[in-house]
Amino acid sequence: MLKDITLGQFFPGKSFIHRLDPRTKLLFLVVYIVVLFTADNWISYGVVFAFLLLSIAISRIPLKAIVRGMKPLLFILIFTGILNLFFTDGEHVLVKWWIITITQEGVVRAIFMVSRILMLITGTFLLTYTTSPIALTDGLESLLGPLKKIKLPVHELSMMMCIALRFIPTLIEETDKIMSAQKARGADFESGNLFQRVKALIPILVPLFISAFRRADELATAMECRCYHGDDGRTKMKLLRYKLGDFKAFGAAIVLLAAVITLSVYGL
Amino acid sequence: MGTAIQVENLAYKYPGSDDSPEVPVFEDLSLSIEEGSFVAILGGNGCGKSTLAKHFNAILLPCGGKAYVCGMDTADEEKLISIRRNVGMVFQNPDNQIVANVVEEDVAFGPENLGVAAPMIRQRVDKALKQVGMYEYREHAPHLLSGGQKQRVAIAGVIVMEPRCIVLDEPTAMLDPKGRKEVMQTILKLNKEKNITVVLITHHMDEAAMAQRVIVLDQGKVAADGTPREVFSQVELLHSIRLGAPETVELCHALNQEGFALPLDTLTVEECAQTLYNQFGE
Repeated sequence: MLKDITLGQFFPGKSFIHRLDPRTKLLFLVVYIVVLFTADNWISYGVVFAFLLLSIAISRIPLKAIVRGMKPLLFILIFTGILNLFFTDGEHVLVKWWIITITQEGVVRAIFMVSRILMLITGTFLLTYTTSPIALTDGLESLLGPLKKIKLPVHELSMMMCIALRFIPTLIEETDKIMSAQKARGADFESGNLFQRVKALIPILVPLFISAFRRADELATAMECRCYHGDDGRTKMKLLRYKLGDFKAFGAAIVLLAAVITLSVYGL
Repeated sequence: MGTAIQVENLAYKYPGSDDSPEVPVFEDLSLSIEEGSFVAILGGNGCGKSTLAKHFNAILLPCGGKAYVCGMDTADEEKLISIRRNVGMVFQNPDNQIVANVVEEDVAFGPENLGVAAPMIRQRVDKALKQVGMYEYREHAPHLLSGGQKQRVAIAGVIVMEPRCIVLDEPTAMLDPKGRKEVMQTILKLNKEKNITVVLITHHMDEAAMAQRVIVLDQGKVAADGTPREVFSQVELLHSIRLGAPETVELCHALNQEGFALPLDTLTVEECAQTLYNQFGE
């Protein structure tokens, strides 16, 4: 059951999008979000949607994976949809019953908002699905590099993220082991009401935390043994370098942004 | 040949806290380890094996006496990085010493810390991975490897810094027999081919038997020191500090107690068989 946690799930591949510099993809995502919030009519939405479909096609990420990732977010989507549906004022009333009023504007707005969130999430998925967590942290560290000047511990943060990602599978494995051990001694995690189930988790969390602290201590010693002394004079094996493909991607981002701004300014 | 590691009159105690008294580990320990040698350190639980190992690369500093590594005093803070790159350390649990989530990135961690230029790191990482036989796995995630493979990656992460000495603190304790064999072969190969000084802390007698020299620690003191043959033939002494000898020696010892007079230097099965044949063959 713990095996199918999708956290920053990465689909290794060799597509154009996979090979882009992580910084390009991060910057592209920022532009994409700006574009999504600038788009305010159906045509520009269509343009963004077509662009998104094209990107998915290029990345060769199976659609199924994206849909599966959506599932936990279903609630937010429905909630947004309903909120917009019922609470938008408008002139063309479609249904009026008790305190519920559904207007034509409400329907349009609900579809708008839901598709905006859907496209936003899909775009983010495309980033995490095509970029290894390590490349992502490297990219973030490099992009946030200038903030070191104002004493923001950028290197330390990215190191922490890297180690956290490294230990997720290890800790999941450990949780599985502890659960099996508790089950073998008669612990029951599957029955009872919510409160009882949460209570049953305590005997798992306590050993898990203790072992995590012990691991952290050992890891710190091991890192010290390998001459870790912070960011000072540290180099990288894999240097990030913008290549031709990255410039193409930046070009595409500019075209997309320009198109959507034009469409919204001229109100087509 | 020079001296790789030397401790002189080492004293160390773990600092106590409000409700626990301080724990003295060593009071006056002296030993030296020659460069290029393969030394095994044996001892029962709590005899100070791991504490001693941590003095070899300045993770712990002596409370009294001195520890020298490749001629450098471990108490000299300015030489800290230099000491640690010269004495690599491998710990018991491979999971807790792998930092990155790609094998090659993890191996690159050490040289990155030392500030080696990118193309040079690449070369050294590839070389180190080939030396431990993990080159084909360079793009794997560490958590998908077996214990022996993980431990070999950890060894690669140490030799990539080109140390003169490697200290291994019970590297095989958490491994299955196959993993143990892989790791031991790697260690032996590094010692023979690269002439790296190896200090192996273990409680597997058969692993210690592969070393050139065995040091037995008991209650913070050297109880025995010599070649495996010399040390393991002192079966009574080993038993008195709750250690055993390799099974082949134990067998001869047991027979001797029944009235035979067998030599106690039979470290391998073949030797033992030969001895027994000589005694009882006719």
